[in-house]
Amino acid sequence: MDKDIRQGRAVVLLNEHGKIIEDIDTDQIFHNAHLHITDIAQMGPYAFGNLEGWKDFPKNCGEGDILIAGRNFGAGSSRQQAVDCFTALKVGAIFAPSFSAIYFRNAVNSGFPVLKIHDLEALIAGKGIVTDDVIRFDVRSGRAENVTRGTAFKIEPMSPVQHDIFVAGDLFKYGKRIK
Amino acid sequence: MGRTIIEKIIQAHSRDDAAAGRIVWMDLDVRSARDFGGPNVVKNFEQEYGGAAPADPRKTFFTFDLCAPACSLKYADNQQACRDFARKHGIEVFDVDRGVGTHVMIEEGLARPSGTVVGTDSHMNILGAVGCFGQGMGDVDIAFAFKTGRTWFEVPESVKVVLKGRPSAAAEAKDLTLFLCRELGTKKIALRSAEFYGEAVRNLALSGRITLCSMITEMAGIIGFIPENGPIVADGDAAYADFIELDIDGLPPQIAVPPSPNTVRPLADLRGTRIDSGFIGSCTNGRTEDFARAAEILKGHKVKKRVMLKIVPATRRVYEEMLERGILETLFQSGAIVVNPGCGGCAEGHVGLTGKGETQISTGNRNFPGKQGKGQTYLAGPAVVAASCVAGEIAGPEDL
Repeated sequence: MDKDIRQGRAVVLLNEHGKIIEDIDTDQIFHNAHLHITDIAQMGPYAFGNLEGWKDFPKNCGEGDILIAGRNFGAGSSRQQAVDCFTALKVGAIFAPSFSAIYFRNAVNSGFPVLKIHDLEALIAGKGIVTDDVIRFDVRSGRAENVTRGTAFKIEPMSPVQHDIFVAGDLFKYGKRIK
Repeated sequence: MGRTIIEKIIQAHSRDDAAAGRIVWMDLDVRSARDFGGPNVVKNFEQEYGGAAPADPRKTFFTFDLCAPACSLKYADNQQACRDFARKHGIEVFDVDRGVGTHVMIEEGLARPSGTVVGTDSHMNILGAVGCFGQGMGDVDIAFAFKTGRTWFEVPESVKVVLKGRPSAAAEAKDLTLFLCRELGTKKIALRSAEFYGEAVRNLALSGRITLCSMITEMAGIIGFIPENGPIVADGDAAYADFIELDIDGLPPQIAVPPSPNTVRPLADLRGTRIDSGFIGSCTNGRTEDFARAAEILKGHKVKKRVMLKIVPATRRVYEEMLERGILETLFQSGAIVVNPGCGGCAEGHVGLTGKGETQISTGNRNFPGKQGKGQTYLAGPAVVAASCVAGEIAGPEDL
């Protein structure tokens, strides 16, 4: 299968008022109490361990799930674990209107798909994306499709460097290629 | 076309055209890792490169500041793994006695004007205070930087922020910084470099510049610079993505209330809020000047009996200056707890966390839910924290 085209179940990160959660910081994603963990396989159970309403996420998520979050996702610390915990859970991608700079780099460098989504508020308000919808997307072209609803929307295509690293697998593999 | 400060610094470290928006390969003058992130860097490095040496051990460092000395077996193991790696490759370790890595790099002259420094600390951009491009990165990035001495980077756009007027005499650098956290939020300089201009920042000493630059991360910016009276300036015809003018005339002390550093109100609104503990320190307010200000207020007073005040100098040199200037004695006599240098107080390190129901007032830079435990954290400058610990409630020095 073409690595650029992916499919998964949407998980929309809403708060108790049904609003998309913005500014989710790395201590809500992977709390500093667990920073001593260096083995990626052990990081999964702590994902969203400090995010109100989402603490059961590791139990409820499935392989390939696409997390849909509000703007400035991954604010705060430089911890790679805040990306790696999703890799451990086999989460397929994260869509958000924007990411913190460090978080975005960390994800790009470990080959984990983070993609900017446009007009998210309108999409959510219009029920264009609801948790459990099946989403298919192309990281190269930015085309995304809500398979469940038969509708289409746009994500920002990966930049050339992000795509090169994604295709190589991670920054290390990419680095060996360009040498 | 002229260049902004960030464009100039990156250009001096790249063969690519470092215009804003371009993705370039950038040489790194200093590559570092802390006791948090460091063990993951070592693990990645050994997994990917086996026994190979780093590109240049003399430009590679470890700084242990998070849990110093180790307060858990896990941290003890992790620090030792970094030390073993460092010994094997001839890398210098600023060990658990030295303090906050970014501050040690400034003191040691490793963070130089126009330089590039990376490390596993999201407040690495504090180095903007000395005109250096510092950037926090994760352990994949840093392992790659150890090995290759470079990284890819998207040159950020710049925003010019001009501050008009003069803050009130009671306002410290932290109050100005918190005001900016409120006004700029997490959107106005997001993913951009900010250049601050105006009398209020022009006259800031290094400690105040550090305070301001340390919280650019909380404004979602890449880095902040204070060009006036600083070591590096932008070209007159540099291109800015935005221009923001803010009136700070008469600015009173400010406090960030839970749940974020961007929810900021004047001290007057919070006065009288009961507190259980206080903390003075962190990369934001851990300089000698910060403790001198606190000591000035605490002299002749006692920390209220039911309140604990925790004090963490940024570095061993700061600790020494506190000792020499009698600051340490004043703090001790007031009843404060003074511990060894480091990042304690901001994360789960060697200084306590807050318990459920506890209210803390802190000079740190983050008060996100659960960050320092289950309690509520308010952020303020050293003067307000010191006064509040005497009063047992949020207060300014004038209330004592």
